Amino acid sequence: MISGRTVRGRRAWCAGVPASGDNGRVSLYRDEGIVLRTQKLGEADRIVTLLTRGHGRVRAVAKGVRRTSSRFGARLEPFMHVDIQLATGRTLDVVTQAETIAPYGMSITDDYGRYTAATAILETAERLTAEEGEPTVQHYLLLVGALRTLAEGAHEPGLVLDAYLLRGLSVAGFAPSFSDCARCDAEGPHRLFSVQAGGIVCRSCRPSGTVAPAPDTVALLGALLTGDWDVADASEPRARREASGITAAFLQWHLERGLRSLTLVER
Amino acid sequence: MYEGVVQNLIDELGRLPGVGPKSAQRIAFHLLAADVDDVRRLVSALTEVKEKVRFCATCGNVAEDELCRICLDQRRDPSILCVVEEPKDVVAIERTREYRGRYHVLGGAISPIEGVGPDELRVRELMSRLADGTVTELILATDPNLEGEATATYLARMVASLGLRVTRLASGLPVGGDLEYADEVTLGRAFEGRRSLDV
Repeated sequence: MISGRTVRGRRAWCAGVPASGDNGRVSLYRDEGIVLRTQKLGEADRIVTLLTRGHGRVRAVAKGVRRTSSRFGARLEPFMHVDIQLATGRTLDVVTQAETIAPYGMSITDDYGRYTAATAILETAERLTAEEGEPTVQHYLLLVGALRTLAEGAHEPGLVLDAYLLRGLSVAGFAPSFSDCARCDAEGPHRLFSVQAGGIVCRSCRPSGTVAPAPDTVALLGALLTGDWDVADASEPRARREASGITAAFLQWHLERGLRSLTLVER
Repeated sequence: MYEGVVQNLIDELGRLPGVGPKSAQRIAFHLLAADVDDVRRLVSALTEVKEKVRFCATCGNVAEDELCRICLDQRRDPSILCVVEEPKDVVAIERTREYRGRYHVLGGAISPIEGVGPDELRVRELMSRLADGTVTELILATDPNLEGEATATYLARMVASLGLRVTRLASGLPVGGDLEYADEVTLGRAFEGRRSLDV
């Protein structure tokens, strides 16, 4: 509930927005979002990057958040799912209130493998939502689902990461094909995979630089893309390793440069 | 826009953290108006700090010699080692006057999104310090944020086989704060780490 902080909230509105004497003209908005990244600003502030449900990617200043007496406390740390109120600013918005919806950070940092996978997820989310202020509800829901799954520890972190990467790319318009030929739609199964062609290809469409992953790996990639966790959980370590390599190559091709955090993921 | 050396000074001051163009201009004009001896003292302090200060070969804290003041102090307990992120954390803990052990400065926290992994920190040096068996308790005093927690989790797992007592600084309510305004994570931690009052 947000209304519990009316007095402090009003004070913060005055700091971020010129007083107009008419509340209707004060540019405040409320949304829910996941904290993707934080950067230190000045003595005690932070710039917080969030992926919100209604306003897409938003960068906002959280004032005094690094002080132990901050009223935001740990609510604006990465992985936190928050209900947030922001005041529109000239260059950056200003966080005026924040309440926790789900503190995924705690259970994620308790396990180093989960932490490295979750960091790669956040970096991908930031890169795939290039435009600030463009709503991407599908991607937002996908991100919330991925962090929740990681926090619950229901599946191996590397699998959750690869499933998120494949589905995130699909939402962004780069859906890979793991059954029919990505070029001519010839019905599968086929054996060859091409990053630049966009997935599995038939022998006649085969471009240069194709690889021939094991059938188990292709089945695992398909399961991760469609969310078939029974197949994914039952997969062998060898297939997981090969699938993560293919996923990383596919991601790098579409993002045009690699993710810094992906190299540090503990598999 | 000023000319020549004055603008150079403003530009150089403007590169300091937290100093904007207006502040840089104010400091520059303050220095122009200041006594020449005061300015010389400032210049020599800046030069000396770059010439003399380096990092302690043992713990990574700032030092004026090969070893820092704390590592040289024989009265400090060598069996307790406190791991911190930055040299300024050593100063913060020293101010409490509660801790009489030694330190190990990591040089940051694990942050994959910034490209900082365990290899970029002084983890290898920590493991070699622990190898001789002198240390019996390791206090993980990394920042109570996500990177700090993840770094502590990583270190705890790395030293698990050494049979040390591994502790983490307590998290909870700040002294002088209101319970009502505590966030859920901090309040949850405060409950987890509650202690009995022996009256």
